[in-house]
Order: sequence, then C-alpha cells, then structure tokens
Amino acid sequence: MKNSYQFQHRHILGIEQLSTTDIIHILDIALSFKEISTRSIKKVPTLKGKTIINFFFEPSTRTRLSFEIAAKRMSADTFNIAASTSSAQKGETLIDTARNLEAMNPDIIILRHGSSGAPALLTRYVTAGIINAGDGTHEHPSQALLDMMTVRDHKKSLEGLKIAIIGDIAHSRVAHSNILGFTKMGADVHVAGPATFMPPHVDTLGATVAASVKEAVTDADVVMALRIQKERQDDPLIPSLREYAQFYGINKSILKHAKPDVLVMHPGPINRGVEMNPDVADGEASVILEQVTNGVAIRMALLYLVMGTQGAEV
Amino acid sequence: MNDMIILQNGRLLDPTTGTDTTGDLWIKGGEIVPAEAQIPENSRIEDVSGKWIVPGLIDMHVHLREPGEEYKETVESGTRAAAAGGFTAVACMPNTKPVNDEASVTRFILDKARNASARVYPAVAISRGSQGTELAEYGELKEAGAVAVTDDGLPVLDSQLMRRAMEYAGSHDLLVISHSEEMALSKNGAMNEGVVSTRLGLRGIPAAAEAIMVYREIALAELTGQRTHIAHVSTLAATDLIRQAKARGVKITAETTPHYFTLTEEAVGDYDTNAKMNPPLRTEADRQAIRVGLQDGTYDCISTDHAPHSVLEKECEFDRAMNGIIGLETSLPLSLALVREGVIEPLRLVELMSSAPARILKVAGGTLVEGSVADVTVIDTEKEFIFTKESILSKGKNSPFIDWKLQGKAVLTIMGGRVTHDELT
Repeated sequence: MKNSYQFQHRHILGIEQLSTTDIIHILDIALSFKEISTRSIKKVPTLKGKTIINFFFEPSTRTRLSFEIAAKRMSADTFNIAASTSSAQKGETLIDTARNLEAMNPDIIILRHGSSGAPALLTRYVTAGIINAGDGTHEHPSQALLDMMTVRDHKKSLEGLKIAIIGDIAHSRVAHSNILGFTKMGADVHVAGPATFMPPHVDTLGATVAASVKEAVTDADVVMALRIQKERQDDPLIPSLREYAQFYGINKSILKHAKPDVLVMHPGPINRGVEMNPDVADGEASVILEQVTNGVAIRMALLYLVMGTQGAEV
Repeated sequence: MNDMIILQNGRLLDPTTGTDTTGDLWIKGGEIVPAEAQIPENSRIEDVSGKWIVPGLIDMHVHLREPGEEYKETVESGTRAAAAGGFTAVACMPNTKPVNDEASVTRFILDKARNASARVYPAVAISRGSQGTELAEYGELKEAGAVAVTDDGLPVLDSQLMRRAMEYAGSHDLLVISHSEEMALSKNGAMNEGVVSTRLGLRGIPAAAEAIMVYREIALAELTGQRTHIAHVSTLAATDLIRQAKARGVKITAETTPHYFTLTEEAVGDYDTNAKMNPPLRTEADRQAIRVGLQDGTYDCISTDHAPHSVLEKECEFDRAMNGIIGLETSLPLSLALVREGVIEPLRLVELMSSAPARILKVAGGTLVEGSVADVTVIDTEKEFIFTKESILSKGKNSPFIDWKLQGKAVLTIMGGRVTHDELT
C-alpha cells in the first residue's frame, strides 16, 4: 500500500482537504528535511530553477520568513510581494494581480490574505500551485502541520492524545486547522475560552467545548494558547486583557492539572502575561521555539510535494 | 399588432374569483373582454390547451439599478428579463444612484419605463438618501408615481423614524416595506451564522438579526395601525413572528423569495459568491418553515429580490463580493416546483405571484375579470429547460441556478394587451 501512495494535491488550501495518509506523508518528508537546516551549508539543489512567490496581503514576519528560508534552502528563487489591501481598493483586484504574477510563470504562489477563501479563489484563475499561508479566519495549514510535527517528535504518535486549545477559537485560523488536523490524526481536541471566542457549532469541526480552562487542561498532553488579537476592536469580545489573563491565561498553577509531560505551545507572537505567562512560555514544558524550527521543515516539505504535482520534474 | 388576442382551451386560474376551469380568454384594446359571437379579422388565435392562463405575474421586489448603475441593469433590460419570466409588472427598489427619494428620480424611472416590457412601480426611499435620519417627501413622491416606501438594502435603525414613516406613509396611502435587519448583529457578516460559516471561516449573520427587526416592525405596525410589508424573509423565527402577528390582526404582509424556499447555506459550498445575498441563505429548518409559511398563508407573496451585479462584483473574495442574485427568469419554475411537490395548489401559486402583490401594492392586474387590464401570462408547466448563462436576459448573470434543469416556463406574456414575451410562435 505504502508504495502505491502518491501525493496528489496541486494546492494546499487547508487541512480539510488532506487525508490522514497525506498528513503522515508530509510530516515524514518534513522530518527527513529537518536535518538540512542543521548543516553548515544549509542548501540542497532540489528546487533549483523553480520560482516561488510569497504573496502576502497581511503583515507577517515569521510565516513569510519561514516560507522564504524553506524555499531558499531548497535552492528555489523566491520573490516577496507585500500587497496592501488598500491597493486593491485603488482598483486592482486580487484576481488581476494574480494573473499578472501568473504571466511571469511562477511555479508556486504562497498566499496570505485577510479574506477566507482567497486561496481557493486564486486556484480558479492561475495555473501555479497555491499554498495557503493563512486566509482570514479560515485555515492556516502549514501552522497546523508544524504543530503536529512538533507534538509527534515528542509523543511518537498523535493517536489518543488530549490536546487543549485555549483562546479565541472563533477568529483563529490556527485553531481551525489544528482542530481538523489533530482530530484527523486520532487526537482528542478540547477547546476552552469565553463563549465570545467560540465559533457556532465548533463541535462540527471535531472539537469538544470544555466548560473551563481547567477542564480542558486536565490530563492534557498538549496545551496550546492562542494569541489575543488586541487589534480586534470592532466587536467587544472580552472586557479587558487583565480579566482575560486572570480567567483564561495559561500559568503554572493551571498547568498542574495537565499531564506531567505536557507540551506547551503557542503559534506566536505571544502577548506575554496575557494568554501565557512568561514562566510558562520559557518553562521546560514549552516547545514554542521547536515549533518555529519545525516550521521551516514543514514548509520545505510542502514546497517539495506541491512542486511534484505541478507536472514538472523535481 | 393584432386587434384581438384569443387564448383558447387554456386552464384559466384566477384567485380573485376562485376560478380554475378550462376555457378561452379574449383580449382587446388592452383589456380582458367578453367573448364575441364572431372572431374579428386580424385576431391572433392561440390554442393553449394544457397550459395555464393566469393574470400577469407581479414581482414587488426588484432592483432595476437605473439611474446610476446601468452597467448592472437598466429598466429596459430588467423588464425584458421580467417579461421572459412571465412578469407583467415589477416594483423597483429605490437604492439607485441617486437614491429614489425625490420626485425627479421617480419621474426619470417612469419615463424610462414608458416603452418597457413590464409595468414599473417605483418604491421610493423612506428616508432622504436612505440615510435613516429624515423622512422623504412622500406626498410629492406619490404624485410622481410611487407605490411604496422602503430603504431596502438597509434597515431603518431609528425606531422613532420608522414609526413616523409608517404614520406619514399611511396619510398618503403608501405601503411601507421593511428590510428587516438588526445591523449590530449582522455587521460584516458574509453568510448565515452556523455550521457552514464555521467551516469556511466566514463571519456569520445570525437568524436573530432578522427576527429582532421583524418583531420591531410588527410592534410598530400594531402601534400605528398602518399596513406594513416585510421584505425577503429568510428565517423560521421571523416566519413564526409574522404568523402570530397576523393571527392577532396586525396589518402585516410578508414576502419570501424562491432562493429561501429552494436553497440552504450549503449552497455557499466552496465560497460561491452567487450564493451570497442579504439576508443570507439559511438552514434546512428555515427552508422548511418558509415552505410551511407559503402553504398556510403566513406569506402573502413570492418576490425575487432580483439583484443584478456585474462580474467584477461577484468574481472576487467572498467577503468582498456584493450581496444579491438575479431572480426574474427563475422565479416561476422554482415556484412551480412547490406545486409539483404538493406544497401549494395552483390557485395559491397565482395568488402568491400575482393577485396578492397587486392587492398589496394597490395596482392594476392580478385578475382575469372582464374589464381588467390585459396583463396575462400563459404558462407551460411541463416545459423543461436548462437555465444557461447565455440564455439570461438580465444584464446580471449572478445566479446560483445556472445550469439547473428547470421545469415550467412562461410561453406568452401580455402586458396591457401587448405581447412582451412570446415562445408560442
């Protein structure tokens, strides 16, 4: 069976479209690529001569850099475009911009966009492979994959693990992709936070809604805190950061309810003292920086696999 | 043009008289006339055996986009689409550019409509510029030809202004049409709030956003005693509220649309902007409740909320896409499906699509009684067709029903004795 498997996805739009076999395959490939980043010459010729465009409509430091490093370590030529949504308001549509990029024959376009579904839209207008680097409040598949990789490094398998995700689930594409991913891999995902942070029918994604942070964290193998988006002002979801930290922040005392070998995760950037205390973020259970390291390996794997489905020799 | 049109052996359906019988209909000089002893020369005689002869369909909720957005639709293109869909009259919403809040705009639209393929009844703005702060001049607007007031596209958020609008419209015998939406709840929403919005990561519009405002309108209609019409109802909750209000005698009428009784939020699928409208497509429970409401009389009429947009406004990110779909050319077949599925009887369908809107708007038509205007539609209920993009007469091609196989079609549309759509020859 394993020999007949072939990665089929021309685009990576979300975890939703990936099978368990796809996910395991991506994690395996990423693991094999991880070593490249530890060499003194951190470069392999695998994607030499390939063109990859980082097309970012939203500010991003780590995801953009992580994709760029991944591409460069595979010897691809990378280009960054930081389009602001205001340029779209001046008249150029996403589709027009993408068609212009397409005319320059890129092999892969990595898209970050504030509108959910924007990567899916692009696939209808361009022939390059599209990798979703975060779309609105929809999905952030590479983040979920690097999270799964990090957990698997420590726990060997994801099957049967209890994963607690704490915070603004409703507006988090990271949470969305992680709920789908960990659930597909047989883990048990519990989410907690104030009801203002819960999307309607979150159970249909596969998550169990815990009544409290304590309930979610109890006996958890993984505790993941999400970033509080301070910039979200139009809708009063919480009364204050102070109160949030008090009732929903991850600190040492709440972590005592988790398993002794619990992993603490955060997709970054952290609001220290809000969703996570510094002593936890920097504590021995924290794998936050491993997540960042694995991010490069996951993105190398995604570029490699997606390139392999573009009808070109890799 | 023929002096006389004689439709023979059709199934005559007239809800105003309860008629459902096989027979002939004579049309002369723009009126429905009694049969004469001899068929005059220069008559057009059509054997319409097996087909329905009904009073011309009336759609009381259409966006013709003129003036100002002629790239989306014009009075000419919109009424041609209407005629092809079996409609002989439409009420056009005032959210044009400029907003139809002045008699000059109303007269402009009616001037454009003089040779159009359907009667055009302008609905004018409740508030100046539909800004929700000051009343428009209903008296002058009525004299110019307005039949109703509405800020459609937007709710009237100020309850006092809405109360005054109802009272003042009552003084000028104008219908108030409410676009019922609590904007604080629906703000930035792109689709129904529910399972699908969570899956797609789209901001949701809860059913409560509609129900809250529908209840306010009921309360205000009760307070003022003025007739009020609730536009494009999409939810189970609002259906129940309207049913209860009618039961206690509130002067409320209501419409729903074919998309709410045909589709659910699942139609959004993979970010299909042709399934984006406001109010949004809801759940299966809502869809079923709407169908029950059509059956039990909670709904007075079926409207389309025909909302043409250009490709540019739909081929884009879902949350940036404009709300609305076209409906004039699909309303009849989608509504006929209700008859085939046993939800409503043929006479009730004609009531919903013709007689009731005529009565609510207080306009001509909606009846086959002799001496009435000759607004007549002949329907072939068996005719099957694929609704292709190429066949669409509206300038807007934004329909979720493209490439659907539909059954039932207007094959002859007559407006004031003039044939406006003809598939018989």
